[in-house]
Amino acid sequence: MEKRARYKSAWLPFVLVAPQLIVSVLFFFWPAVQALYQSVLLQDAFGSSVQFVWFENFEALWNDPSYLESFKTTAIFSVSVAVLGLTISLILAVFADRVVRGTAIYRTFLIWPYAVAPVVVGVLWMFLLSPTLGIIAHALRPLGIDWNHTLNGTHAMILIVIAAVWKQISYNFLFFLAGLQSIPKSLIEAAAIDGAGPVRRFFSIVFPLLSPTTFFLLVINIVYAFFDTFGIIEATTSGGPGKDTEILVFKVFTDGFKGGDLGSSAAQSVVLMFIVITLTVVQFRYVEKKVNYS
Amino acid sequence: MFHAKKALCATGLCAAFLNPAHAATDIQWWYSMTGALSDRVLELADQFNKSQSDYRIVATYKGGYDEAMAAAIAAYRAGNAPNILQVFEVGTATMMHAKGAVVPVADLMKKAGESFDPSAYVPAVAGYYTSARGEMQSLPFNASTTVFYYNKDKFAKAGLDPEKPPVTWQDVVSAAAKLKASGERCAYTTGWQSWVHLESFSAWHNVEFASKGNGLGGLDTRLKFNSPLHVRHVENLANWIKQGYFNYGGRKSEPDAKFFSGECAMLTSSSATYANIAKNAKFKFAVAALPYYSDVPGAPQNTVLGGASLWAMSGKSADENKGVARFFKFLSQPEVQAKWHQDTNYLPTTKVAYDLTRKSDFYQKNPGTDIAVQQMIVKTTDKSRGIRLGNFVQIRNIIDEELENVWSGKKTAKEALDAAVKRGDEQLVRFEKANR
Repeated sequence: MEKRARYKSAWLPFVLVAPQLIVSVLFFFWPAVQALYQSVLLQDAFGSSVQFVWFENFEALWNDPSYLESFKTTAIFSVSVAVLGLTISLILAVFADRVVRGTAIYRTFLIWPYAVAPVVVGVLWMFLLSPTLGIIAHALRPLGIDWNHTLNGTHAMILIVIAAVWKQISYNFLFFLAGLQSIPKSLIEAAAIDGAGPVRRFFSIVFPLLSPTTFFLLVINIVYAFFDTFGIIEATTSGGPGKDTEILVFKVFTDGFKGGDLGSSAAQSVVLMFIVITLTVVQFRYVEKKVNYS
Repeated sequence: MFHAKKALCATGLCAAFLNPAHAATDIQWWYSMTGALSDRVLELADQFNKSQSDYRIVATYKGGYDEAMAAAIAAYRAGNAPNILQVFEVGTATMMHAKGAVVPVADLMKKAGESFDPSAYVPAVAGYYTSARGEMQSLPFNASTTVFYYNKDKFAKAGLDPEKPPVTWQDVVSAAAKLKASGERCAYTTGWQSWVHLESFSAWHNVEFASKGNGLGGLDTRLKFNSPLHVRHVENLANWIKQGYFNYGGRKSEPDAKFFSGECAMLTSSSATYANIAKNAKFKFAVAALPYYSDVPGAPQNTVLGGASLWAMSGKSADENKGVARFFKFLSQPEVQAKWHQDTNYLPTTKVAYDLTRKSDFYQKNPGTDIAVQQMIVKTTDKSRGIRLGNFVQIRNIIDEELENVWSGKKTAKEALDAAVKRGDEQLVRFEKANR
């Protein structure tokens, strides 16, 4: 049986899709083409003197050791955010699924952080962990930890990972919860009757059946860690101390909009685009093979 | 038949055509000041609008300095730039070398037939915004400089004389030692570390921060702040962190809060912070000149500018440019300047305005507000007129990063400054190429 919807009129489908197409063209394709074009130019901030310089902008990037450092920083950051985010939200979703009384309350509170903008999340955690005023920083002092994320690169990285993960947990939680609820209870009960404990049931039945959701969330989380965390970094560490929290997307912004160097900024965003495309292609080719769609 | 409505309409139309009133030309001004300062800006625009009826200044807050500049660049590329743009000092080179994007103030005033005397402006302030050929490019508006604040109550508690601030860096160390001994966890902190400890530091000691007169002489300038004196100073600061005298609080103005909250006893930061400190500090404090090394010949010379200036964008009609010129003339009047200086604590940009304020009892009533001026109202040398570099925003970022490497112990002072000079020079080369 074919599952395709059939339209009687020839133009209605195009009209219905047109708004989305227009948005995609305006907000993705056009800027992407502009970025590709600007990455091969060397120009002053106002665009009054423009020189075509082939791939010099890209060469300058490869020769800059700090740019290569920021690859490492971005990798550490995105892996931490993705792994921590998925793990914690999966655990929370499993617990929330089992709760009988007060489910609505738990779910509401766990979903709220998603409504908070990334910049606000950053400021929030910066206050909590401020070396001077923060209550968490204060509480860590008697434990022997002298928290100072303005001087200690590891502390700064921990700060932005916590802020980024906190916000994303809600999003992941929503999807995991929905995924868990779509697993037929009969399978779990059958396993329980056969004597499988909760942990065994989880790894043999629940986790494999959740794999489409997990795969989808993995892609989304990686893209989130690469791009949407800009607000958090801008509000908290500004890439510091030194270059310890300067992820690639942050450098794109500061070079382009604070420094006025649009050529280098465009080159960086082209590189970033290719990285994310490659990662997504890899994920779809190799990881998707292991996903069981029922 | 008499149609009342038609008659009324006809009368109205006739009246409109007969009325010789011509609407005032709107002049768009994009600025970046917030809070009380924004109110002062709007007052100025209002004052000008009320004083004449040909032009109307429409002042719009466009975000912080870098946001407003990015917005103006985008607007210019779309053919929609404002008439006047407030640009921070580090954006000066970008504006100056934008071929055809701006109209230099000197040209603007001449074409509009307004009289303009560049020598009326304080040299250390106007020199920053003047080209190598001696033409003033932008109108100095809100200029600040680096000063030293200290907590008098804590000084008294530590056994130091609260009326005698430290004058040299050696004095600062001995004061810090006494403060630490009296139980203070933070003796000294600094805001704007690049501006205070490298840029202003260089001019204050009459040494070069960058070649070619700190960039005022040409685009082929290169950085020079890894000289033995600079390395010595940064090494000292690194040692003070280890000894517990100096606490690092952040790259920009975040450390100001450490001072006025009472956490740190001494602060070097912008003179424009005075208003915030006066509002928030619950202790007696005073302003003093930036400390220096007494064994360096020529110190103290003068400190370096911060703040912003006003640029006239190009591509506007002659009438609008005339309006801009009139407004600039208005802003440079002694009374307007003096009031702006007294209300906001920014430096007076003309000597006459300074004299006016001195003759009144303003400085007596507000002790410490003249320190910043005294540091700047001097004859400048070719090394102290100001620092004007391309890609200065990126260079400041690089300096901040390398200094943070020193504070966290990852690099020595010499390694960090050498790395900063090397990376900064790459930015200068890039700017030179892009602005050929």
